[in-house]
Amino acid sequence: MTTERMISLGPVDLAIIVLYFLMVLGIGFYLRRFAQSGEDFFLAGREMTAWVAGLSFLSANLGSLELLGWAGASYQYGILAAHWYWIGAIPAMLFLGIVMMPFYYISKTHSVPGYLQLRYGPSASALSAISFALMTILMSGVNMYAMAVVMKVVLGWNIHFSIWVSSLTVGIYVASGGLFSAIFNEVLQFFLIWFGALLIPILGLIETHGWAGMVARIQQNFPGQDFTHAWSTLGSAQDNPMGMHWTGIVFGLGAVISMGYWTTDFLVVQRVLAAKDLRSAKLAPIIGSFFKMAVPLIVILPGLIALAVLPDHLVPQGSAIAGQHTYDDVLPLMMARYMGPGLLGLGITALVAGFMAGMAGNVSAFSTVWTYDLYRPFLRKAAPDAHYVSMGRWCTIIGLIISIGAAYLAMGFTSIMDYVQALFSFFIAPLFGTVILGMLWKRTTAAGGFAGLLVGTLSSVGMFLIVKFNPEALSLIAMSTHAKAMAEDMYRALWSWILCVLVTIVVSLMTKPKPESELVGLVYGATAIPSEGNLPLIQKPIFWAGVAAALLVLLQWIFW
Amino acid sequence: MDLLVTNMEKHHIIPVWFFVGVMLLAYGLLILGSGLAEWSNPPHTVLAELHAPVWWGGLLTLIGGAYVAAFRPKT
Repeated sequence: MTTERMISLGPVDLAIIVLYFLMVLGIGFYLRRFAQSGEDFFLAGREMTAWVAGLSFLSANLGSLELLGWAGASYQYGILAAHWYWIGAIPAMLFLGIVMMPFYYISKTHSVPGYLQLRYGPSASALSAISFALMTILMSGVNMYAMAVVMKVVLGWNIHFSIWVSSLTVGIYVASGGLFSAIFNEVLQFFLIWFGALLIPILGLIETHGWAGMVARIQQNFPGQDFTHAWSTLGSAQDNPMGMHWTGIVFGLGAVISMGYWTTDFLVVQRVLAAKDLRSAKLAPIIGSFFKMAVPLIVILPGLIALAVLPDHLVPQGSAIAGQHTYDDVLPLMMARYMGPGLLGLGITALVAGFMAGMAGNVSAFSTVWTYDLYRPFLRKAAPDAHYVSMGRWCTIIGLIISIGAAYLAMGFTSIMDYVQALFSFFIAPLFGTVILGMLWKRTTAAGGFAGLLVGTLSSVGMFLIVKFNPEALSLIAMSTHAKAMAEDMYRALWSWILCVLVTIVVSLMTKPKPESELVGLVYGATAIPSEGNLPLIQKPIFWAGVAAALLVLLQWIFW
Repeated sequence: MDLLVTNMEKHHIIPVWFFVGVMLLAYGLLILGSGLAEWSNPPHTVLAELHAPVWWGGLLTLIGGAYVAAFRPKT
């Protein structure tokens, strides 16, 4: 333990943290008896209700890096950061529920690479499975290291202690209960994060005398800067702190990155595949979308309140001198400002739970993809079900050991791990092109799907490296020399998606398509989309998708 | 395929909501107790005079208790 820390915990806080660890381990041991078959271990028996699948779907994305990072981003960029929760999430979640879920669910696939196997054959599936497995396990290591650093900075905990205790706990509960454990703990984490963080905006708005008081104090602290309008400053990249034009938000973020992430990243899609029926699978992302729209309350609003109430200005990572805090310290600083003993323990437990759920999500997705999409088709085709379950349990442990190695690697080469994290997001942009063309266009061929995915993925890596080695190329890729990292990300994703789609279309038109009889259950036009029957309007997924979309529009109007 | 065809429930697992209730109830009681104990000597935080641990801990206790009661395992 070190003496430099932002927060000191008392006995009640420690009791709350210890209780959380005992609870997740207890749940893992309890669920072990139910995770005996492959479907149970890897897909939680496909018996989750829409609410459980929906909250788990959302929580798999609501990790602590997300909370800390976006609270910091809202201090830096203001309410523009909320776009990642609104246009950068809601349309994609509704699209997954209404348009894509029927194909994932009817095909009875166990994973996204599994869908590619059915639609395109082994080449595209293997490419996607290998990149996903590799990146997922490295991401788990990045998460682990990030957690250890946060715990060291905020609480003064030893880095090795944080890495080993969290990994052992995650390893035990995921290897025991498989996806059952991961989903149960994600639902617990959902409640912990809300109850742990919601008090900050409540007390913050009391301190600033409401929204108007907060805006007035921000203007007083940062004269001439606009932090509280979501769209009106996006007409030109020079007018907002992100250096972003509205086309980057609408097309790069809304149409490509978020669609890619929410509809093809298996880490989140796996949760919905665990739903007990198609209606629940369609409803799960729609339920998640309502809570996703509300997440800015506990992530973005604390960052804005910090702009109004913190006496010192925070600085970017890397330029802080002794005694100064960085943007990413916003959430811990706000916790320390408003939370005393007990509440502080709850807030810290929420962060720990978020980190551990992130690791659990990564290793459970890794073990599924390794076992079903790489080991079974390429190494051992016809083993008994129990063999694959055993492989899944071992994979969880092995995956965590590799993650721990990646965490220690990250200590020595932080910048390399940052690159891994950035690149991971952009593998999914071309993957979205491959999946969506496969689902909606019967003419797409196996050769087209593979070539498009390969070119899209390589172009994403290529553009990333070109800008790293020649920063002037940024003006070509992001269409502005003012573009910050996030704007560059948006445009890189957009170009790699467009390349993937173009190559897929051209190669497909030059090659022979599958007969329609082989596309049943996989492609629009060759699949009978299940009817919603005589369900009352209020029970129809499409009705709730419409309500969510209307609410999204209303929020944009309010914060224009 | 009917949209309402539901997979047979293969396991009788205690609902996750029960575990959520146990967790919120335990945390609520700890935070409420801590808030009451420091009532006359609140911590040096902003707005400490509002005694947030008391009402927030009370809220968690109520919600947790309701979840435990509603989703407790039936024998």
